[in-house]
Amino acid sequence: MLKFLINRFGQSIILLLIVTVITFFLINLAPGGPSSTMRMDASPEERQAMVEKLGLDQPVIVRYASWLKGAFSGDLGTSFTSNEPVVQRIAERLPYTIELTIFTIIISIIIGIPIGILSAIKRGSVPDHIINFFSVVGLSVPAFWLGLMLILLFSINLGWLPSSGVGARGVDFNLWGWISHLIMPVLILTTTILPNIVRFTRSSMLEVISQNYIRTIRAKGAKESIVIYIHALRNALIPIITIIGVLIPRLLSGAVITEAIFGWTGIGTLILEAARGRDYPLVMGITIVITIVVILCNLIVDIVYSRVDPRVKNV
Amino acid sequence: MDKILQVKNLVTGYQGKNTFMKAVDGVSFDIDRGETVCIVGESGSGKSVTSMSIMRLIEYENGKIIEGDIIFNGENIVEKNNYEMRKIRGSKISMIFQEPLTALNPVFTIGRQIVEAIRFHQSVKKKEAYKQAEELIQLVGISDPRTRLKQYPYELSGGMRQRVMIAIALASNPQLLIADEPTTALDVTIEAQILDLLRKLKKEKKMSIMLITHDIGVAAEMADKVIIMYAGKIMEISSAEDFFENPIHPYSRGLLESVPKMTGERGVKLNSISGSIPSLSNVPSGCRFSPRCPFATEQCINQEPVLEKFKDRQVACWNIDNVLRDHLKNQTDSEVFQ
Ligand SMILES: Nc1ncnc2c1ncn2[C@@H]1O[C@H](COP(=O)(O)OP(=O)(O)OP(=O)(O)O)[C@@H](O)[C@H]1O
Ligand code: SF4
Ligand SMILES: [Mg+2]
Repeated sequence: MLKFLINRFGQSIILLLIVTVITFFLINLAPGGPSSTMRMDASPEERQAMVEKLGLDQPVIVRYASWLKGAFSGDLGTSFTSNEPVVQRIAERLPYTIELTIFTIIISIIIGIPIGILSAIKRGSVPDHIINFFSVVGLSVPAFWLGLMLILLFSINLGWLPSSGVGARGVDFNLWGWISHLIMPVLILTTTILPNIVRFTRSSMLEVISQNYIRTIRAKGAKESIVIYIHALRNALIPIITIIGVLIPRLLSGAVITEAIFGWTGIGTLILEAARGRDYPLVMGITIVITIVVILCNLIVDIVYSRVDPRVKNV
Repeated sequence: MDKILQVKNLVTGYQGKNTFMKAVDGVSFDIDRGETVCIVGESGSGKSVTSMSIMRLIEYENGKIIEGDIIFNGENIVEKNNYEMRKIRGSKISMIFQEPLTALNPVFTIGRQIVEAIRFHQSVKKKEAYKQAEELIQLVGISDPRTRLKQYPYELSGGMRQRVMIAIALASNPQLLIADEPTTALDVTIEAQILDLLRKLKKEKKMSIMLITHDIGVAAEMADKVIIMYAGKIMEISSAEDFFENPIHPYSRGLLESVPKMTGERGVKLNSISGSIPSLSNVPSGCRFSPRCPFATEQCINQEPVLEKFKDRQVACWNIDNVLRDHLKNQTDSEVFQ
C-alpha cells in the first residue's frame, strides 16, 4: 500500500508539472491580456506601470519559473481581478462545487446501478426498453437547454424552486433553502452521468450473468436474489467502478455549464470569471486544483477497485 | 435395486426464430442407487442439456422442458416450483461442470463459496460451517485446508479448482452427483486423479453418479451402465460389461473404434466415424445416424427406430442382425488372421 502510494505520488507530480506547463503557455499565447491592463480609461503610462507590476514584461519562461517556485511553497500568487490571494479565492468556491458533484455522484450511483441491474435482468422487456429510451434521451439532451427548461417550469411558471444562487449559508442557513437551491443543478448534472452509469451497469451485468460461475451458484441452491445482488453484482461492479473514474472529469466540466446556468458560485463559475478577465494566476490555480481533484478521485477509484477485485494486487 | 432417478420421455430445447429446437428429444433412462451411469456422445448430442434439465437449470439459459417426467426419489422434478427446486439443488442433487477454471466466482474466497453451499441447506453457524468446509476440502484431497480456504480461485490450479467444485457439490451429502465432463479441461494425470477421487467418494458416500463424457475411455473406467446419446436421442443403453464386450449400435461401435487401441505390436488403429453430428435445425429424417451409418438401409432413412429391448440392453436400430453378423465375421477374420 505504502509503495503504491509513493509511486502514485511521483506520477502525480509529473502529471501536474505537464498540466501546468501546457496551461501556462496556452493562456499566455491567447490574444488579449489581463482586464486590469486593458481598461480604456487608463493612460498608456498607467498601463505600462500595471504590466510591470504584474511582471508581464518578463519572458514567459521566467514567469513560469517564478510561478512554479511560488507554487511549490503553497503560494499560487495573487488574483489580478480582485487582488486577493488565489488560494483564498479558490478555497471560498471549491466547497460549493464539491457539494454539487458529491450529491450528483451519490444520486447517480444509488439510482443508476439498480436501474441498470433491472434493465439487465429484464432484458428485452418493456421496462428495459423504457430505460434504454430515457438513457438515450438523457445522453443527447444538452445540459444548458434542459437547465433553461427547468428554470422556466419550476422557477418562473410554478415558482417552486429558486432559479439561481447557492442559498443562504452560515447563520441564515435553513434546510429547505439549501435543498431547493441544490435540486435543479444536481438534476442537470445527474443527467450528464446517470445514463452512462445505467448503460454500463446493464452491459456489465449482462456479461456477468452469462458466466459459468453464475450457473454454479444456482446449482448450489441459491436464491435468485443472492445470485444477482451478491455474486453477479460484485463482479459487475469492477468495470462500473472504472467507468465512474472516467466520468469524474466529465462531471467537473459539466459543472462549469451547470454552475453558469444556476449562478452557483463554485469553481465552475470562478473559472469562467478567471478566463474572461485573463486572470493568469487564478486560471493556473484552478487548473492545479482541478487536476489534483481528478488525481485524488482516480486514486480512490483504484483503491476501491482493489478492494472489490482480489486479483488486483499491491494496493 | 431401487431407482433414484427415472427420466421418462424428456423433451428439452430452445425456442428458435420460427421453430422450437429440440436439443433432447424423447430421452428415457434410469439410474439406480449407488450406480455410476456414463452418458457418452459427441459434442452437441444433448448431454449437457439433459443434465441441466434434471437440475432444472436449463430455464435460466433460455431453454425449456416441454415434455416428459423426471422422477427423483419418487417425486416429479418437472412439476416442482422454484422454491422446491432450490431445496433439491446442491442438496439432494449436485452438479459439477465442464469448466473448472471459470466455475468458481473469482471475487470470493474458496472458503466463502464452500461455506455458502453448506449454509444454503443446513442451519449451522458460520464457524461450524467453516469446520465442515475444512473437512470437505481434505476429503477431496487438498492439504493445508486453512490456507486454501482463504485463497481466491485464481490462486488455484485447474485440478485444484475442480476438487473445490467437488467439495461444494458434496457439501450436503447429495444422493445423486451429476458430473458434466469434469475432466475434459484437465490434463491426463489430473484427470486420473479426479476420476479416482470420484470413485472413492462414491464408495464412501454411497451416492449415485451420472457422469457425462465424450471420452469412451473414461466411461470404460468408471461406468456401471453406459448410455450412448446422439443428436438428442439415446442410441443404446447397456451395462458397462456388455457394452465394452460388444457394443451393438453402429454409433457405439464407431465410438469405440475411434479410440486408439493398442493392438499387438505397435498397431494403433484410429477408425473415427466420418461426417459430423447434425445441427438442431437440420435433423435428418428417419434414423438420425443414417447419413453416417455404414449399415443404413432404405428403412433407416424413412423411419425412425425406437429404443427397444434387446437381450439385457436397449438399442435403437433397425438392423441389429446385420450389425451382429458383421461383428461375428470380423471376429472370425481376426482370429484367422492371428
Ligand atoms: N443456450 C442455448 N441456446 C440454443 N441452443 C443451445 C443452447 N445450449 C445448447 N444448445 C444446443 O443444444 C444442443 C445440445 O447441446 P449440449 O450442450 O447438450 O451438448 P453436449 O452433448 O453437452 O456437448 P459437449 O460435449 O460439447 O458439451 C447443441 O446443438 C447446442 O447447440
Ligand atoms: S437404424 Fe439404420 S441408420 Fe440407424 S443406426 Fe441402425 S442401421 Fe444405422
Ligand atoms: Mg456439454
